[in-house]
Amino acid sequence: MNVSYRWLSEYIDLNGYTGEGLAELMTSGGIEIDVVESRNKGVTGVVVGRVVTREKHPDADKLSVCTVDVGGSEPLQIVCGAKNVAAGQLVPVATVGAKLPGDFAIKRAKLRGVESQGMICSAKELGLNEKLLPKEQQEGILVLPEGLAVGQSILEVLGIDDEVLELDLTPNRSDCLSMLGVAYEVGALTGREVKLPNNRVTDTVEQASDHLSVQIEAKEQCSHYAARYIKGVKIGPSPQWMQNRLMAAGIRPISNVVDITNFVLLEYGQPLHAFDADKVGSGRIVVRLAREGEVMVTLDDQERKLEPHTLVITDGEKPIALAGVMGGANSEVDASTVNIVLESARFDGGTVRKTSRQIGLRSESSIRFEKGVDPSRVIPALDRAAALMAEYASGLVLEGIVQEAAAAPAEREVFVSLDKINRYLGTDLSKLEVQTLLGRLHFPFELSTDGVFTVKVPSRRGDIAYDVDLIEEVARLYGYDNIPTTSIEGATTPGALTKPQAIRRELRRRLTDAGLHEVISYSFTHPDRAKLFPALSGKVEPIRLSLPMSEDRSVLRTSLLPQMLETAAYNRNRKNEDLSLFEIGSVFHTDEVELTRLPQEKHRLAVLLTGIRTSTQWNRKSVPVDFYDIKGVLETVVEVLGVSRLISYEAAQPEHMHPGRTAAIVLQTERGPVTIGYIGQVHPALQLEQDLNDVYVLEVELAPLYDEANFAIEYKVLPRYPAIQRDIAVVLDRGVQVGKVIAEVRETAGELLESVNVFDIYTGEKLGAEKKSVALSLVYRHEARTLTDEEVTELHGRVVAKLEQSFAAELRK
Amino acid sequence: MDGMKERLEALRTEALGELATVADPQQLNDLRVKYLGKKGALTEILRGMGALSAEERPVIGQVGNDVRAAIEAVIEAKQSAFQQAETENRLRAETIDVTLPGSKLPAGAVHPLNKVAQEIEDIFIGLGYTIAEGPEVETDYYNFEALNLPKDHPARDMQDSFYITDEILMRTQTSPVQVRTMKAMNGKTPVKVICPGKVYRRDDDDATHSFQFNQIEGLVIGPNIRMSDLKGTLLQFAQLMFGKQAQIRLRPSFFPFTEPSAEVDISCAQCGGEGCRMCKHTGWLEILGCGMVHPRVLEMGGYDPEQVSGFAFGMGVERIALLKYGIDDIRHFYTNDARFLGQFVRMQG
Repeated sequence: MNVSYRWLSEYIDLNGYTGEGLAELMTSGGIEIDVVESRNKGVTGVVVGRVVTREKHPDADKLSVCTVDVGGSEPLQIVCGAKNVAAGQLVPVATVGAKLPGDFAIKRAKLRGVESQGMICSAKELGLNEKLLPKEQQEGILVLPEGLAVGQSILEVLGIDDEVLELDLTPNRSDCLSMLGVAYEVGALTGREVKLPNNRVTDTVEQASDHLSVQIEAKEQCSHYAARYIKGVKIGPSPQWMQNRLMAAGIRPISNVVDITNFVLLEYGQPLHAFDADKVGSGRIVVRLAREGEVMVTLDDQERKLEPHTLVITDGEKPIALAGVMGGANSEVDASTVNIVLESARFDGGTVRKTSRQIGLRSESSIRFEKGVDPSRVIPALDRAAALMAEYASGLVLEGIVQEAAAAPAEREVFVSLDKINRYLGTDLSKLEVQTLLGRLHFPFELSTDGVFTVKVPSRRGDIAYDVDLIEEVARLYGYDNIPTTSIEGATTPGALTKPQAIRRELRRRLTDAGLHEVISYSFTHPDRAKLFPALSGKVEPIRLSLPMSEDRSVLRTSLLPQMLETAAYNRNRKNEDLSLFEIGSVFHTDEVELTRLPQEKHRLAVLLTGIRTSTQWNRKSVPVDFYDIKGVLETVVEVLGVSRLISYEAAQPEHMHPGRTAAIVLQTERGPVTIGYIGQVHPALQLEQDLNDVYVLEVELAPLYDEANFAIEYKVLPRYPAIQRDIAVVLDRGVQVGKVIAEVRETAGELLESVNVFDIYTGEKLGAEKKSVALSLVYRHEARTLTDEEVTELHGRVVAKLEQSFAAELRK
Repeated sequence: MDGMKERLEALRTEALGELATVADPQQLNDLRVKYLGKKGALTEILRGMGALSAEERPVIGQVGNDVRAAIEAVIEAKQSAFQQAETENRLRAETIDVTLPGSKLPAGAVHPLNKVAQEIEDIFIGLGYTIAEGPEVETDYYNFEALNLPKDHPARDMQDSFYITDEILMRTQTSPVQVRTMKAMNGKTPVKVICPGKVYRRDDDDATHSFQFNQIEGLVIGPNIRMSDLKGTLLQFAQLMFGKQAQIRLRPSFFPFTEPSAEVDISCAQCGGEGCRMCKHTGWLEILGCGMVHPRVLEMGGYDPEQVSGFAFGMGVERIALLKYGIDDIRHFYTNDARFLGQFVRMQG
């Protein structure tokens, strides 16, 4: 809503407030003002002049030489290039020394040898918005209406010494979609009274009901339809002051009748519509829902297909308007219109919204119906418009309002006690203070002896329904700044993280300490990406948004890895080739084809390593990352979570992963082993497709880790007795998994084995292509005594023998 | 006897003479063996002591000791000189360029959005709040209806939300977690939670808009929660987050789920309220929305609005991160350029 300061001052005294000051006051009261814009774009020294003579320029076909009276002792000689300039016109004249928008100063000049003492201006040159100009003012100089004094400032005439406040209204304050509503708001903030416009209609003998009947068939969609019949209007331009106001509000003046409906719409917030009564013909207005297959041509000459939920105004047979949205071409007011049916009605907001959405047209009317209009203004607005039509369109308003109305909505009463107000706000307001504030709002109320206010809410404030709504009114007028600052009373509560929250924090800490950057990706992805890594994406159809913004972001992610690859590719394209990244986030799985319940949201951790392990530097070689680097990341994570003993790795060949370099991550739970994720290298074919170097990734489900995580430190007394270390190197078939060898060593050596460490793996020609040498370092220790050499030798011998037996291992000498 | 004494003196002269020209530790050791060793020259001479008389023996013994001491003293002095030289040589050889870069410990960065979120979470944990979480895919009921946004509410626009079915959508706010928390509390008080998380709204992405973003909301319910408590809490938060000098300003506003409602401005941390580019020369930054929980929302959450009251507030993590770090484009948060991420390694200040 754009509010002209000058217009507003018709309804309320704004003395003492500049436009900016008013904006500040309203903003602090809860109506945010985005901008205060001056309507004057830089005009000074432009006055009304009368063209006395107009002659053709002696040396230029397209120029005229005019003498123009601007109230000085002599008329000015002005050369003008506009085609429409003529003797006798009143026109805006920029005299020498005047300024026009764009800092354009008017100087004495010679045009093709003829002196010009100023300039006759077009509307555009005066800085008026071209889009809002009436058609006849869009070309040539601006011809002003008669009745103006020569020499009068044009700023006054065009109302551009004015400021416009742009209101950014919250959905609850549609009462401020009218000048009167804004006046009431300013009245509440300033304590000043609101002056209502004059809407007295002069009586005639002739009855409107002789010419017109109104019938509502769709009672649910239309609770009130009122009409007046206005005879003998003369269509012409509306008065300049009205045009000025409409333009200030951002509405283009069209003709007196149409402008009056728009003017009153802005004034009262009540949309009105004028029909050409003779085009309606039947003299009947029937409000009903459209019929299947019905069509109509609207004012903008578009043919509209009507839906069964579209509310239409008909002449008893065919639609003549889309209720609350737009009129029909078949009943349009035009230059030849003589008689008017003037509509003021209350249409259902939802119905209007549906229609306006469907045809893609939001009008000043539809916006107001959608948000709800004040039922008490249907008739006053109708009368106001009729009175204006009598005055400015020479119409004769016939006696009586023709209408059908459901019972008026009951007056709303809301109760609130002084005690509750103060308890709720933490204030210490007195009865008198609250009484004053309610009075300023023009809310009638009664106050009981025990301090309960019974407030009769005016129908213009449809947003006030609860006691807290009244409390808010009191609070905002009292000033939020004046509410004290206190601390919550009552017992203190301990703040803490839950176990999963603490685990995610710890993961972030450990992983960033290890040099990994955390990423956050979009939860929406391309369906093709959601189908990568089926072992992780649950082999389900991804969940699709019903109205995605693009195919690229049309489904919910089913795994974190596809977008990790996208991130890696994005970075690679920017020459960031060495990456250590992780993400903690949710993936979305469902087994339903169409969701009827919420999908599973699974927290997961994903890690991606590519490029070299640590940045190349003078003192170290650059080593490319490999499987064991990413495995180390996970091993550290599970160590920190206290679950390393429950985790094992099994070679696996899930789709899109390197079949020889991937493991399933298996967690031992009470219910047996569960695969909770995968770790390995991305399949070279996929790497190639995504334009990536070797990429190592892991993705693991967090919920099972939340369950199994164990933060308890299991302290062991430091060893008192010495350990004995024995190293062995065994030659094995290449395919033998060292993990199994270690398990066998542990099993055989039993409790006396403190640790076993793989300290070398060797492959080479000497051994043959199918063999490898594995060097293990075994540490034996007894908790309670010193081990003897003999017993260690015996035990170690058994270990070696077992390896020889189980893996055909050959001891390397 | 004279012969022995003279031989000893001659040995002294010879030994000291030879020692004076010694050049390296090996040579020194050879001379020590030669003169003082078990089979050395001194022992050789003193071996003749047995032939001396009882009176002569101590005299010659004394001379022998003197000679030994004199030679030893020189050897020791030489030895220590050699050692010092050796140490000096070694230190010289070991000298390095201390201006070459060191081998740093790896240092990754928590994502700036999570960094900010954690900071906010920590502040509220310190104030006695717990953290509640809920699903990102929500029912229409929790996301809208239970928050006093019935189906035909004008503030609800199908176009603004990512629906999956008519009843299921991507949450547009973290407020449904508040409703879930209330229901889970089953009418008990006090409730003191914050709800961080991702939310989704149909919005064309540009430098300041993202269809996916993060919110943190807070909810407090108790027997006598006042709007003044809300102001006190937000002031406390502002001062912990933005510095002790931070001030807040509440402006009346509208949210369907709170009444009264307010927008909260925090005095600009950059200029301290004097006006700068960051605050668009207003001295204030709009950071939060808040209000007293609407009685309908309390009712739907299982509370009697006549018995309890509450407040709620919410803020956008992206906006705070943009302001805090002076980031130029919201899309950086989701493209994850390593050069962007790497800038956030520093500890939380």
